Amino acid sequence: MKNDKDLKTIIIKKPLKLDCGKTISNFPIAYETYGSLNDSKDNAILIFHALTGDQFVSGINPITKKEGWWNNVVGPDKSINTNKYFVICANVIGGCMGSFGPNHKNLVSNKIYGTDFPVITINDMVNAQVNLLDHFKIKKLFSVIGGSMGGMQVLQFVSNFPDKTQTAVPIACTYSHSAQNIAFNELGRQAITADHNWLAGNYTSKNKIPDKGLAVARMAAHITYLSKKGLQEKFGRKLQERDDFKFGFDADFQIESYLRYQGSVFVDRFDANSYLYITRAMDYFDLAKQFNGNLSDAFKKTKAKFFVISFTSDWLYPTQENKEIVIALNAIGANVGFVEIESDKGHDSFLLNVPDFLQTVKNFLDQSYKELKNES
Amino acid sequence: MKAEYKIILELLEENSRILDVGCNDGTLMQFLKKNKKVDIRGIEISKKKVQTCVAKGLTVLEGNAELDLKQFPDRSFDYVILGQTLQAFVNPQAVIKELLRIGKKAIVTIPNFGHWKVRLNLLTKGTMPVTKTLPNNWYNTPNIHMCTIRDFVEFSKVIDFKIFKSLALTNKSISKINNLNLFFKNLFAELGIFLIEK
Repeated sequence: MKNDKDLKTIIIKKPLKLDCGKTISNFPIAYETYGSLNDSKDNAILIFHALTGDQFVSGINPITKKEGWWNNVVGPDKSINTNKYFVICANVIGGCMGSFGPNHKNLVSNKIYGTDFPVITINDMVNAQVNLLDHFKIKKLFSVIGGSMGGMQVLQFVSNFPDKTQTAVPIACTYSHSAQNIAFNELGRQAITADHNWLAGNYTSKNKIPDKGLAVARMAAHITYLSKKGLQEKFGRKLQERDDFKFGFDADFQIESYLRYQGSVFVDRFDANSYLYITRAMDYFDLAKQFNGNLSDAFKKTKAKFFVISFTSDWLYPTQENKEIVIALNAIGANVGFVEIESDKGHDSFLLNVPDFLQTVKNFLDQSYKELKNES
Repeated sequence: MKAEYKIILELLEENSRILDVGCNDGTLMQFLKKNKKVDIRGIEISKKKVQTCVAKGLTVLEGNAELDLKQFPDRSFDYVILGQTLQAFVNPQAVIKELLRIGKKAIVTIPNFGHWKVRLNLLTKGTMPVTKTLPNNWYNTPNIHMCTIRDFVEFSKVIDFKIFKSLALTNKSISKINNLNLFFKNLFAELGIFLIEK
């Protein structure tokens, strides 16, 4: 799938106690950086990736040879301007792009972890990634930014490390995974574990891949990332390279063909067990529960300036859920701005070329950085 | 209306926490921020205007003042500003109550519907007044609850708030409103500016 030698990694020696009770140490975090850290080390932005993302935010992903997942947003003179800011992004633990994950070998048993890998949480992910600050000797980040699961990590990061960032931009996310979110994730996990090639998670040692199950998981999830209107406009009832129905179960409709394609390319770049672990981490996420039901308490210690962004057509992490974060911040007088961006591209809007979104992110960052420079 | 902004600026104390309700494109917020050391936030219903505010480096929430003020705790701001927006609310009474709950003080400015041109307009033409400060027709105006300076003074008795300062803006000149000159101010002022408290 990839050559780990191509990946930048740091080994975290310090033991990390996970929420599940287990402790890990001497584990790798794979990361990538863009732009350069200035002398005062005040221009660093830590980006958190979503469920199926990785550290390759911008430019061409050297492993997949495709555009980085946030290439629309991050790069020279883009919204997150790498001529100006030093961008760091790490693969989450539990992931499959070099960071400690279920496809790694257990050095004690000399076997691939598979489902013996400890269950991880969003909290564990950010606790692992904060080590990158020490690695780069950064005392305080300029910003932490992320969409979807990346947004959850933003919230958790600020809660865990209230003094380690000037600004925080959670995008299209939630502070607590809803029943509907969990339901969709469970559907994906069931698809994977129902695949005969999953082999209770030990497929790698048997040289098998549960690709059918993983593809179905991806197809189901992909639907949740789009809006009904967006799908209708793009595909409608258009047929796939045929004039009429074939009266069979081949992909007659373009939307079927599209989803099958999305599923098939996904299995080439993503590990099925990672999919199980990361969706589990999202499902366990409930920041309010960590503070006895009071979300505001999660942010009590921080002076960070927040900017929350949602999208009109996002029904996976709808505006109301993003607004609840804003409400919790306002309840304690935190510095928070909020805008709902008009877009019919659904949850995926944060990844796509949505001009109002791109401009808003750019303006928030550049203005906040200017203010920071004026104060110091 | 720069004169209005200057009056508001003078009413504010340094280092105070301020919320501008219906902050529009942030012109007032920017003016206040530039001329006094204050911590100012805004709330604005239009997405585009929120984005304009962000481009100016202002902290603004997209929201509807009639629904979204409830998220702010009691007395969480030193001042809440409502600039020429009261007349656009479905329930101005509820909004004023919310302003006085979340703000220790509130500054409310109102376009005066008692101005003689407005009165003359209605008297002579017999149609809903269209003037420089009120340029819309009755069917497309956002101003659904117009009031006069006198109305606002009466309003303070109805929902029980104190008016600390009441100022009239007439041809860019500022004057105080009191019981004795209320009749004339209500006839000649274009704008009423009130500093109020619960």
